Amino acid sequence: MCLGIPGEVIELHAEQPDLAKVNVSGVRRMINIGLLSDDPPVPGEWVLIHVGFALSKIDEQEAAATLQFLEGTGQAYEDELAALKASVIE
Amino acid sequence: MRFVDEFRDADKAHALAAKIAALCEPGRQYKLMEVCGGHTHTIYKHGLEDYLPESITLVHGPGCPVCVIPMGRVDDAIHLASQPDVIMTSFGDMMRVPGSGGSFFDANAEGTHIRMVYSPLDSLKIARQNPDKRVVFMAIGFETTAPSTAMTMIRAKAEGLENFSVFCNHVTIVPAIKAILDSPDLRLDGFIGPGHVSTVIGCRPYEFIAKQYGKPVVVAGFEPLDILQSIYMLMLQLSQGRSEVENQYARVVPWDGNLVALKAIGETMELRPYFEWRGLGFISHSALKVHEKYAAMDAELIFQVPGVRVADPKACQCGEVLKGVLKPWECKVFGTACTPETPIGTCMVSPEGACAAYYNFGRMNRNRVAEAGVAGS
Amino acid sequence: MSKSWIDEALAQSELGHEGLAAEGRRQLPLADREQQVLDRIDRARRRRPKVREERVTMSHGAGGKATQTLIEAVFLDAFRNPLLEPLEDAAQLTVSGARIALTTDSYVVSPLFFPGGDIGDLAVNGTVNDLAVSGARPLYLSAGFILEEGFPVADLQRVTESMRAAAERAGVSVVTGDTKVVQKGKADGCYVNTAGVGVVERDGALGAARAQPGDAIVVSGPIGDHGITIMLARGELDIEADICSDTAPLNGLVADLLDAVPGVRAMRDATRGGVATILNEIARAADVGVLAVEDAIPVRAEVRGASELLGIDPMYVACEGRLVAVVPGEDADRAVAALRAHPLGERAAVIGHVRAEQPGIVQLKTAFGGTRIVDLLVGDPLPRIC
Repeated sequence: MCLGIPGEVIELHAEQPDLAKVNVSGVRRMINIGLLSDDPPVPGEWVLIHVGFALSKIDEQEAAATLQFLEGTGQAYEDELAALKASVIE
Repeated sequence: MRFVDEFRDADKAHALAAKIAALCEPGRQYKLMEVCGGHTHTIYKHGLEDYLPESITLVHGPGCPVCVIPMGRVDDAIHLASQPDVIMTSFGDMMRVPGSGGSFFDANAEGTHIRMVYSPLDSLKIARQNPDKRVVFMAIGFETTAPSTAMTMIRAKAEGLENFSVFCNHVTIVPAIKAILDSPDLRLDGFIGPGHVSTVIGCRPYEFIAKQYGKPVVVAGFEPLDILQSIYMLMLQLSQGRSEVENQYARVVPWDGNLVALKAIGETMELRPYFEWRGLGFISHSALKVHEKYAAMDAELIFQVPGVRVADPKACQCGEVLKGVLKPWECKVFGTACTPETPIGTCMVSPEGACAAYYNFGRMNRNRVAEAGVAGS
Repeated sequence: MSKSWIDEALAQSELGHEGLAAEGRRQLPLADREQQVLDRIDRARRRRPKVREERVTMSHGAGGKATQTLIEAVFLDAFRNPLLEPLEDAAQLTVSGARIALTTDSYVVSPLFFPGGDIGDLAVNGTVNDLAVSGARPLYLSAGFILEEGFPVADLQRVTESMRAAAERAGVSVVTGDTKVVQKGKADGCYVNTAGVGVVERDGALGAARAQPGDAIVVSGPIGDHGITIMLARGELDIEADICSDTAPLNGLVADLLDAVPGVRAMRDATRGGVATILNEIARAADVGVLAVEDAIPVRAEVRGASELLGIDPMYVACEGRLVAVVPGEDADRAVAALRAHPLGERAAVIGHVRAEQPGIVQLKTAFGGTRIVDLLVGDPLPRIC
């Protein structure tokens, strides 16, 4: 139920407003963006793709916030490790 | 790959693992259930359990829409596919699921035309290209996939396609979770909540878990760091005595879900009064069927579906595995009579079934990275 | 499958219900009980294979477990002899004192023409490669054609022209052949079988069974290009990508490798079943463990993108111009350097090592840092939605 992949919208279909081309790591596919008709994506925005449909837009700010949390944890860990190393009693 | 690689960074994992271990109360055992089959798959594929202390056990839940399809429904599908001039279309996950007489692959060897598709829309293409055939789409999946089936049906109607129908096996996640919560043989501390289902239904439907049952829920993404972070957030809630619904996957999941998707489902499908889930038995209002307004596309009305109930083989313990009561290797036939090559139950045949995931990925001794009570190791 | 397949499976299983209940009663600690189950599974996996299905299915052609079972239970069983048993990519024969390698392959790819080549390229390169990785200098090929009624002659000429060019590039000649035509609806246009003969001039035996703990496992370039190309070329997935098949003759590359590292233990042509299947073959043949490192395995970004989109693991996807070699640990760097010096070995890399622990099992250190098993798939990797 769960395989969803982030892809970047690169162009909207000229005739069919329901369709858009996305790019996933150099691989391109036409997908249906009908489920996002309330707030259709534009080229440059990222969407979550599931069985040929865009289910949701990827909120770049939220992504950044999550990454920041993870970085922060990572940084704190690095700092702790560094502190630990520096405080080795010889 | 953007939005993927950043969430697979091993360095950040070590830090998180230490924080998780630090939150474990000495002497206490924690059982967290990940509902989603996709989460089970990620956990095993990336070896995530190596980052968890011994005191945290991940229990694999029933969120595998392929795993919960009873053998009788597979038989029904094959029966449908055997009708004259029928081309059945199906997702790859279903092709090897065994019915009482074999799988879709076996049925093809006997003469049916069951074709694998990536998207339900591909079925429309096949229907257009084969006007003299009747194309039946085997629709499976939770609320994640139901909107795609719905949109496909809406499109088919708009195009006036007359040779397309849907054999609907969509199921809904909340009743399954409730069945787990009400199960007497299970005691869970928290839930790693479904990720992509939540993009459709939002996070509100899980509030009853936190409010009525007092268990924390964190809606989680599918990359390994997402799951680790969600476990961290669960452990934090537990250590602080909170039980709330939190959204770790906020970059994708809107709290209110996707209204357009929900409307599409509402237009094309309706709830069945009850549906049989493999291993969990009959659950009321837990599955979808084609709406009467779309009756012309309902394969169950167009064709006669035998609807025979096929009891699970006595040896099969999929039910207990799906409920998280048994670990895969605790099933009596795991790995010996029931293997990916000869799957007796669906937990083994679907790649994100707990048994298949464990057999294919996890069947070995663990080298754990962090131990509870040892910070920063 | 017959309705009794479940009963049969249960009967086949060593484990009786009573047996397990008795063990359970012993109340061992959890980890030990798990280990007992794992040991039992190991024993079950080593049992003699049996084909349970009554009919051949697509899984039997995928190069995974089902194929292996079919080969061992049907073909090996029927033809059993010491020359066949190693089941390597080519048979090693001695004829009037001369050491010869013999191999055959059938090509049934659909579509016939795809980015990077066509069935003709595969038919020549595939057989040349099987000979090359067996340590032979490829010399002569036979080519048998099964043509579908209605197949355009122009297409047939395209195929044979590709074969001519490929043979020239590889330095081999097509010296005999056959043609059959079958009714419309059979043969998917054109099926080709090629058999190849080569001469073994170097000393030292090659074979997966020679792998030893400490050996390094090397791959000659990015994996999965061919299989993904074919999947996309079928046109059903509506995916565009700049991926093309990696089909190529590897005899030159192999010669360079063997010149630099005469002590190569084994080489395999990574075709259907992918690199994962080869790693498992090595583990099984030599009864050793294999530890591969996900980060070290070269995969093109587009192949990765397509694989993620479809939910497929590139490790199981077919290549047609890549080799996997097992070399003594101390020769690893020299092997990689020799491969990289050749145009077909540009992104060669060490992807793992052979070890004594957990014999018969392939483990992967994931990019995320955890470990998991890499087992054979039953059939083709199937795109998943979940």
